[in-house]
Amino acid sequence: MPFEMPVEKWASAVNSVTIGATPAEGGTRTSVVTVGGDTSLPFLHFEGKTPHRPAIAMELLDVPPEEWPAPMAEAVADVCGDPAAWARKCVEQFGADLICLRLVGAHPDRRDRSPEECAETVKSVLKAVGVPLIIWGCGQADKDNEVMPRCSEVAAGENCLLGTATQDNYKTITAACMADGHKLITEAPLDINIQKQVNILVSEMGLDLSRIVIYQATGGLGYGMEYAYSIMERTRLAALSGDRMLAMPLLAQVGSECWKAKEARAEAPEWGLASERGVAWEATTATCFLHGGTHIFVMWHPRAAALLRETIDSLLTQED
Amino acid sequence: MYAIGERINGMFKSVGAAIREQNPDPIHELARKQLAAGAQALDVNVGPAAADPLAAIEWLVKAIRQVTDAPLAIDTTKPEVMRRGLELAGPGSIINSTKGQQEQLDIYLPMAVEHQASLIALTIDENGIPRDANGRGEIALRVVAAAMEKGLPPERLMIDAVILPVNVTQATPWHVLEAIRNVKLLSDPPPKTVLGLSNVSQGTTQRELLNRTYLVMALAAGLDAAILDVQDREMMEAMIAAEVLLNRAVYADDFVKAYRASAGR
Repeated sequence: MPFEMPVEKWASAVNSVTIGATPAEGGTRTSVVTVGGDTSLPFLHFEGKTPHRPAIAMELLDVPPEEWPAPMAEAVADVCGDPAAWARKCVEQFGADLICLRLVGAHPDRRDRSPEECAETVKSVLKAVGVPLIIWGCGQADKDNEVMPRCSEVAAGENCLLGTATQDNYKTITAACMADGHKLITEAPLDINIQKQVNILVSEMGLDLSRIVIYQATGGLGYGMEYAYSIMERTRLAALSGDRMLAMPLLAQVGSECWKAKEARAEAPEWGLASERGVAWEATTATCFLHGGTHIFVMWHPRAAALLRETIDSLLTQED
Repeated sequence: MYAIGERINGMFKSVGAAIREQNPDPIHELARKQLAAGAQALDVNVGPAAADPLAAIEWLVKAIRQVTDAPLAIDTTKPEVMRRGLELAGPGSIINSTKGQQEQLDIYLPMAVEHQASLIALTIDENGIPRDANGRGEIALRVVAAAMEKGLPPERLMIDAVILPVNVTQATPWHVLEAIRNVKLLSDPPPKTVLGLSNVSQGTTQRELLNRTYLVMALAAGLDAAILDVQDREMMEAMIAAEVLLNRAVYADDFVKAYRASAGR
């Protein structure tokens, strides 16, 4: 008897989301990124479609990092005080599909940069590169509620991805996003139930579900990676089964999570070459999440990003 | 759960009158209200009193199609009325229903394949309604085998294990639950299961309480679909809670809202 591949038939699909707007669409981007639209579990080409390539965003900070692991310093030390130059390097040399600008300098405990200063940084990065932009707040709710609306405003029409809306703080950023024509990242602390609830809350404000990208928090290798993976898988299964509140593309913060790990940073010769370890940590985590169904990867190290790109290529070329 | 709204049925006075007078307004309203209440499909039955059932089904399906493209479950025992209903309703419709004897399966299985429809099969045959779960299972097995032979995929076959009023035969609700569990073991993938839910409470004084309690029990046994009064809000919310408790839907604090936003897609 010939082998018959068991094929699952799904009722629904992951939403497609486009980030960035060209001049024809009211922005100034030279390229846009569309992710999602999948109609099966990741890369099961015999079962469904993966119409859009998972995208690689490279992260940069608005102020120089306080403490940079040596391999990261080597890669970007020349530009990390200048977000515009940093962004150019990420696009021109490292091939980033998007730039993720993280406004850590706005945090009251860091430099407490003003909304105006942050908005200037956003403008300079938009001017420096043509790829779409992810704008990410500092994580302090009150400060983000001042900073993000201003940053959203100066980027109006560019169809950026703004982050993040949480269960306890979603109204201001959602309103800014709707007013200025951006997309929104909704965030939950590795909790699919809260994730769904945040999506219900922002959709009740009138934001269309097709304008949301999910960030379920990320656990790097050794720090909850399997748990993050299982949530990604469960989210995808819910999306395919027709749960519209979980049908959004997924984003993972791979770089910052992985390089937090002491195993990635430590100068410990008995653990192998420090110059390779962090890169391998980041690439391994990203590969795991690629299989879990992540659509947008926020990466730090250019070599980890390159390894991820190769893996994406190999998984996509198996499509028949 | 796949919810099929039961209210467009000529047995209801307002529907019977609308059909007789060819007044589409009450039909439009029932279609819209049931879809808004969470129906994913609408049952359509011209009722026993229709003088010309063929003309009645034509008028009724056309009237519904003026307001919605939702799948319709054409509910009749007359093959020619069924065929006309399916033609007008379009692909994705539901045949409601066939019985388990061969001569009926020979009519309705090819009809389902031809019209790209799903088929509800009652576990009734020439000997009537079986007394217990085993009898229901035997008929279901025959139907599943015949469907495979005729090329109707299991996901388009819906076995209805036939619930009877609890005040008439009190052992039946349990037999039907057992039958639903057994039907799920008949093939892989298994056929779908469906119930004409309101029948369980026919003639009783606590209809809504019985309906929603039995619906939750049947869902726990593996029920996939029901023909029911979707405008019974408490029952629909009990169903939504059951879906969460059975891990068929992801919990969120506003899980009822989330379910309603996802239904009727």
